[in-house]
Amino acid sequence: MLLLEVKREKARVGNMPELPQGTFDMLVLKALSLGPMHGFGIGQRIQQLANDMLQVEEGTLYPALYRIESRGWINSAWGLSENNRRARFYRLTRSGRRQLAVERSEWEHVSLVINKVLQAT
Amino acid sequence: MTTAKLFWQRLRALRRSDQIHSEIAEELRFHIEQRAAENVRRGMAPEAARDAAERRFGHLSQIREEGYDVRGGGGIEAFVQDVRFGFRMLRLNPGFSALAILCLTLGIGSNAAVFSWIEGILLRPYPLVVGQDRMLAISGTSRGVPGAPGNSTNMSWPDLLDLQKNCTLFDWFIVDRITGTTLSIGDRAETATGSIVSSNYFDAIGVHPVLGRGFQPEEDFGRNAHPVTVISYQMWQDRFHADPGIIGRTQMMNGMLHTIIGVAPKGFYGTFVGRAMQFWVPISMQEKFDSAQPGYKLEDRGAHWTEGYVRLKPGVTLEQAQQEVSAVAKRLELEYPETNRGRGVKLFRLWQTPFNNAGTLLPTLGIAVAVVVFVLLIVCANVSNLLLFRSFGRRHEMTVRLAIGASRSRLVRQLATEGLIFATLATAGGLLIAHWCRNLLVLLLPRGGGLMNLPGEIDWRVLALTAAICLVATMLFAVVPAMQASRIDLAVALRAEAGGVVSGQRRAPVRSGLVLVQVALSFVLLVATGLLMQSLRQMEDTSPGFLRRGVLVTGIDFNGAGYDAQRIKNSEDQLSDRLQAVPGVASLVFARKTPFSLRGYSSARIAVDGYIAAPDELPTVNYNEVGPGYLATMGIPLLSGREFTRDDIETTPPVAIVNETMAAQYWRGQNPIGSRVQVNGRWIQVVGIAKTSKYRNLIETPEPFFYVPMRQSAMGSTLTIRTLLDPGTVSKALVREVRAIDANLSPLELITMQEQVDRTTATQRVSVMMLAAFGTVAVFLAAVGLYGVMSYLVSQGTREMGLRMALGATPSDVLRMVMSHGLALTAGGLTLGAVLALSSTRLLGYLLYRLSPRDPVAFGSAIVIMVVAAMTASFLPAWRAAQTDPLRALRN
Repeated sequence: MLLLEVKREKARVGNMPELPQGTFDMLVLKALSLGPMHGFGIGQRIQQLANDMLQVEEGTLYPALYRIESRGWINSAWGLSENNRRARFYRLTRSGRRQLAVERSEWEHVSLVINKVLQAT
Repeated sequence: MTTAKLFWQRLRALRRSDQIHSEIAEELRFHIEQRAAENVRRGMAPEAARDAAERRFGHLSQIREEGYDVRGGGGIEAFVQDVRFGFRMLRLNPGFSALAILCLTLGIGSNAAVFSWIEGILLRPYPLVVGQDRMLAISGTSRGVPGAPGNSTNMSWPDLLDLQKNCTLFDWFIVDRITGTTLSIGDRAETATGSIVSSNYFDAIGVHPVLGRGFQPEEDFGRNAHPVTVISYQMWQDRFHADPGIIGRTQMMNGMLHTIIGVAPKGFYGTFVGRAMQFWVPISMQEKFDSAQPGYKLEDRGAHWTEGYVRLKPGVTLEQAQQEVSAVAKRLELEYPETNRGRGVKLFRLWQTPFNNAGTLLPTLGIAVAVVVFVLLIVCANVSNLLLFRSFGRRHEMTVRLAIGASRSRLVRQLATEGLIFATLATAGGLLIAHWCRNLLVLLLPRGGGLMNLPGEIDWRVLALTAAICLVATMLFAVVPAMQASRIDLAVALRAEAGGVVSGQRRAPVRSGLVLVQVALSFVLLVATGLLMQSLRQMEDTSPGFLRRGVLVTGIDFNGAGYDAQRIKNSEDQLSDRLQAVPGVASLVFARKTPFSLRGYSSARIAVDGYIAAPDELPTVNYNEVGPGYLATMGIPLLSGREFTRDDIETTPPVAIVNETMAAQYWRGQNPIGSRVQVNGRWIQVVGIAKTSKYRNLIETPEPFFYVPMRQSAMGSTLTIRTLLDPGTVSKALVREVRAIDANLSPLELITMQEQVDRTTATQRVSVMMLAAFGTVAVFLAAVGLYGVMSYLVSQGTREMGLRMALGATPSDVLRMVMSHGLALTAGGLTLGAVLALSSTRLLGYLLYRLSPRDPVAFGSAIVIMVVAAMTASFLPAWRAAQTDPLRALRN
């Protein structure tokens, strides 16, 4: 499951504990659910959504993007950026949308359970 | 993404690998530039901004690699790279590669050939015949029939018709009974093999004549009423020169002119394993063509002559079908007790057909399979050793690759791919060999009379099996060296002194193990060869009970020339007189059959005064119709009584000579001479007792047998001549005398009796030759393997040798040390081999004639051969070791 997927790299967070790989992938999917974007922009978007409480490392982002793309949850294609430069844009696919919903409900369930245990006296 | 989609994506990426690399680079560059721009916006200097941006990426090249791992060719690309590299390695070491591929081709090719033979004989023995997987052979069984396996015997035509009428689980019943005729070719006559078949034969098996027609239902009935024949494509081409007007032409066969009504398609040889049929005649012609017993038998329920096949309806099992026919047979037994008492019906799978050569081939095929599997294992051990040797030579390359970051699994994969290349090339070569060798199947079949044609087919089953062997072989010989290579200890390897990089030990356990296996397997092959060779010699030394030297065998087909009985008798008398006058001819006799010919004897129901048969037993004994003085000419001792003379003719009382075994079995100690025996209902007086000899082959057990005069029974066409002249001279004289009687007649092939006897041991001889050939190759390979290991060990231990010599060891000491190491290895292999051999030669048991599977001579000579080979193999490395210059060795 999510918290047990401890692989090589983890997303670094400012003062917060490291995110496991699976959780970060979920955030990428969420970011793309708001619309197609290139790699740089995805990093920006996630940071914005997290009110800068999260810093996205390039060394984590791109492997994550490539990995998610190989699972078929996102597509990529060349496009033009805001300043008319050629960039690789990523887009959520239908199965990606489904995956996001699945992971999201799992995450909510897990955090509920954990919180319950922690709140016990 | 599904695995399939991923596969296709990776495949497509193979072609665009450069493009993918540049795309990833461009994408990352964009990101860096955006970041740099933002840094500038935040107030950094452009230079610093760009540096900071790049630093955030960390290991840029690693990220690019990861990206390519996901988007690029992946495993497929790695595989393609490995293949390319493998081919390059192959070209760089042509000698070594050629040797390895050759060895493998031998191993894989021989396996493919044998499997195609098995396919040809067991699975689909009849080319062009439809539906063979549901086809079964049908035969009768009877209690009290001598000499046939499982009491198998033939069925009668009325019985078969009844079966056909009453059984529901079959598509059809057909009769296919082998027969022959004599066709004259110049100075000689030749036997052509053919079949008597039921009218539904061609339609049932789905083979339709390319010219003319097959048979029609009415041609099943009537006594010799339909002299028509369908000839084979080969006969049409060879004998009739592909005459387009062949339909309607006539051919004299067995004394009657037959009209040719059809030509079978090319490549169709009938339905008899081991023989190519040249012609087919309908059942109504049975009397003319049935060689076993004279007489019109189509309406005689007690005349058992048909052999045939059935085809099951789809979904019916053998057991169900067997039940049905047995039930019908039981009913017939009750309805017709005089003829059917104790008779049953049995269905056989095609490879167990009792009435053709399939049964004789099985043991030989079994040996062939075992041999080629052994050879394959030996070859794999050998190639494995070769690869180990080469990976030792490539250790620097491996070390460097590991040092700069290759994973061990990648190394193993690459070496395994190289091995796979060898195996694939060898498989291709092997299939080619198998294709060329499929006609060699003919060697396994008994020769003598008639053309033999039985190619094994290379079909998808053989291909699949060969591919499987290829993969197994790769794993056997490539993986071990690969695993060894990947275990290189980097620290040790990078140091200049190579103290045995690949194995790290002085003993080379894997290589020694491989050589041990090779020696063991070769030993087993040698032992098997020795056993079969001895068995063969025992067989050939067995006295058959009649003379083999100084006796010639031939025949004249008077019957086929259209002579009637009286004319045959006159001609035979004339010919006897004329030939007897030829100087050098001691005696001669005509008979219906000669011993050890491939045609069976007639058999008859007998009854003896005072002998009570068991309730379900129908005593039946084989017999031969012979001319006067038969026993004397053949050299069979007459124990008491008299021989037949020219005075025993149709009008004098019928007489018979029985053999010892028959006398013992049916007269139980009393003297049979003077008493009567009833043969097929006719009472005959016994006038002599002959010594029991062998009648069909050298290894048969004594069985009852009797002789009757030809004049009183049926005329025969074989001629046995007792003479010390050579066959060439006699042949000329024979042709001359035969022509003098009738210018149109020719004698059949003239051979010595020894040759006729030898033809029955042909399959054993072939097995021995095969084993000997492969055994030699195996010993050679084992010796090469031993040589390789010893060389390696010697080169590893140069320093130690040098030290010993410096401390006072003489060259001969060193020689002795190395040779004894080699002998020790061999001894280990021999022990393993001996264990293997002792436990497995039991399987040869039934093939060994009067020989124990543990015969010491065979084992002993095998040991001697292996030791000699081992000593030869270890001598050269030992010699080189003894030549070591101690100073140079120590300095290195």
